[in-house]
Amino acid sequence: MAFADRDRRFRPKLPRRKRWGTAVYAMLVLSILVGIVGLVTLIAQVVVEGAGWLSFGFITNFPSRFPERAGVWAALWGTVWIMGITFLFAVPVGVGAAVYLEEYAPKNRLTRLIELNIANLAGVPSIVYGLLGLAVFISLLGLGRTLLTGGMTMGLLVMPIVIISSREAIRAVPSTYREAAYGLGATRFQVVIGVVLPQAVPGIMTGTILAMSRAIGEAAPMIAIAALTFVTFAPTGPMDRFTVLPIQIYSWVQDPREGFSGLAAAGIIVLLVVLLSMNAIAILIRNKTQTRSEE
Amino acid sequence: MEPTNNMERGPALQASLGRRRKGEITERVAHGLFLAAALVSVATTVGIVLTLFVQSVGFFSEVSPWEFLTGTEWSPILKDENGARHYGVLPLVAGTMLVAVIAAALAIPTGVGIAIFLSEYAPDRVRKVLKPAIEVLAGIPTVVYGYFALTFVTPILRSIFPELIFFNALSAGLVMGLMIVPMISSLSEDAMVAVPRSLRQAAYALGATRFEVALRVVFPAALSGIVASFILAISRAIGETMLVTIAAGATPRMTLNPFESIQTMTAFIVQVSLGEAPRGSLEYNTLFAVGLLLFFMTLVMNVIGSITVRRFRESY
Repeated sequence: MAFADRDRRFRPKLPRRKRWGTAVYAMLVLSILVGIVGLVTLIAQVVVEGAGWLSFGFITNFPSRFPERAGVWAALWGTVWIMGITFLFAVPVGVGAAVYLEEYAPKNRLTRLIELNIANLAGVPSIVYGLLGLAVFISLLGLGRTLLTGGMTMGLLVMPIVIISSREAIRAVPSTYREAAYGLGATRFQVVIGVVLPQAVPGIMTGTILAMSRAIGEAAPMIAIAALTFVTFAPTGPMDRFTVLPIQIYSWVQDPREGFSGLAAAGIIVLLVVLLSMNAIAILIRNKTQTRSEE
Repeated sequence: MEPTNNMERGPALQASLGRRRKGEITERVAHGLFLAAALVSVATTVGIVLTLFVQSVGFFSEVSPWEFLTGTEWSPILKDENGARHYGVLPLVAGTMLVAVIAAALAIPTGVGIAIFLSEYAPDRVRKVLKPAIEVLAGIPTVVYGYFALTFVTPILRSIFPELIFFNALSAGLVMGLMIVPMISSLSEDAMVAVPRSLRQAAYALGATRFEVALRVVFPAALSGIVASFILAISRAIGETMLVTIAAGATPRMTLNPFESIQTMTAFIVQVSLGEAPRGSLEYNTLFAVGLLLFFMTLVMNVIGSITVRRFRESY
């Protein structure tokens, strides 16, 4: 008995467990490295291949059969137009929906349905939005394969992002602010417009920029509504046909001729610079408002 | 005195009441507008489901759903040597799943490793730098990943495996894995950070080492959140379009061989869209039948994923 008891005694085996700990730590560091090295290689590859193709002419030229004369002017303007229409469509509707869910909605089945629905929409593949745009805006409403169709399709695509981040921003407004306003006799609409929304603006702007930076890189839904791949004019109105930066990049990536792969990389640099500056603005807004609330 | 006072108050009260009535109208209009904005999202879902169903009806009146779902040959645009077209979607599904599985095989260990490192090991200063750096990966447009797969990863893989075809599932899958790493790592990290500190302290008090706390206490406690992150990330991989269109090829094929060229459901939709199929034609309707299947596959995965997340949140 005594012998068996001694056998069952806890043995720490610390050296062995420490070795395991080191091995696990090494694996974890390795996984971090996979992520970081992947990111760095990707950016290095793009810069190395594309930097030589960047020039003033690359920005101001239209696409061309000759890589040294090709540029992103048409795609850049298409992207600017799409961004504008997406913004005008997604932000008012998205913020409105967020205000409804946070300030008005009763706790009932309709509200739960809307919430569930927004969560699911955020996971719908972007190409499916393209099919929606194709069937509804083009076939049903006859808006054509235009900037307006593209912007509205993109607006629907990013709306869940706007709604979710606006809701967070609205929820973060202290309820004492609302109570104070109600105490002074303000109506619900006055509380929303005069108190809640102004306080939530920085958060809403951050979310909007996130939504826009998602929209700027999306190519799939634009291809589904048949944006063009070779455009030699800058759009002048919402009913023009168009191309956008990611589609221009896609068509250059697909082009097996000499030089076009470099053009694609240069286009990617332009796209990433635009994206980075948008995100930098979002971070600036966040930092500025954070310090203010600490004061 | 009393009456004169009343007469003086009269118009003011009237005006105030008028203002209030006008205010009530504003209130109601505002309420209606906000509700309408919220309902746009419901309309979007209804629009998606209706669109896909209605347009698919045209397709399924010519092709039986059974043939569509079980057929192993997909050639809706080009006729084969006998002049026939085939509408079995399984090759597209197989291609999609092959890429998703390769992506998951890279992203799941990497993402979980990053999550454990950030939540259990990294000091605050390191975490503050690494976390956003990893999340940058999530913000990079998918055409860029496609370019990276085609011009960097594929040539490297081909120098290792000379038999590798230029457009192949392996390269697309690996780069897709890199793309979904941040999804797995940030959702899993959230799940692990939510594990109560007391569990860790109890384990340390019993003499557990750091990796034992991380792997035997925190990891199992956060498991449902971690599994949910896998499901959501794989759903994302299934719906991803540009990367596979660029790097994985356009050859629908029933294969599990990652060295082959394949076609995914999303890449097929792009291929037909670029051809601008005439409205109402069978090719045009094929888009929506494939879209419907894609929508349901991702919907089911997303619903399972979010149910799992909610479960785990309730347990603490």
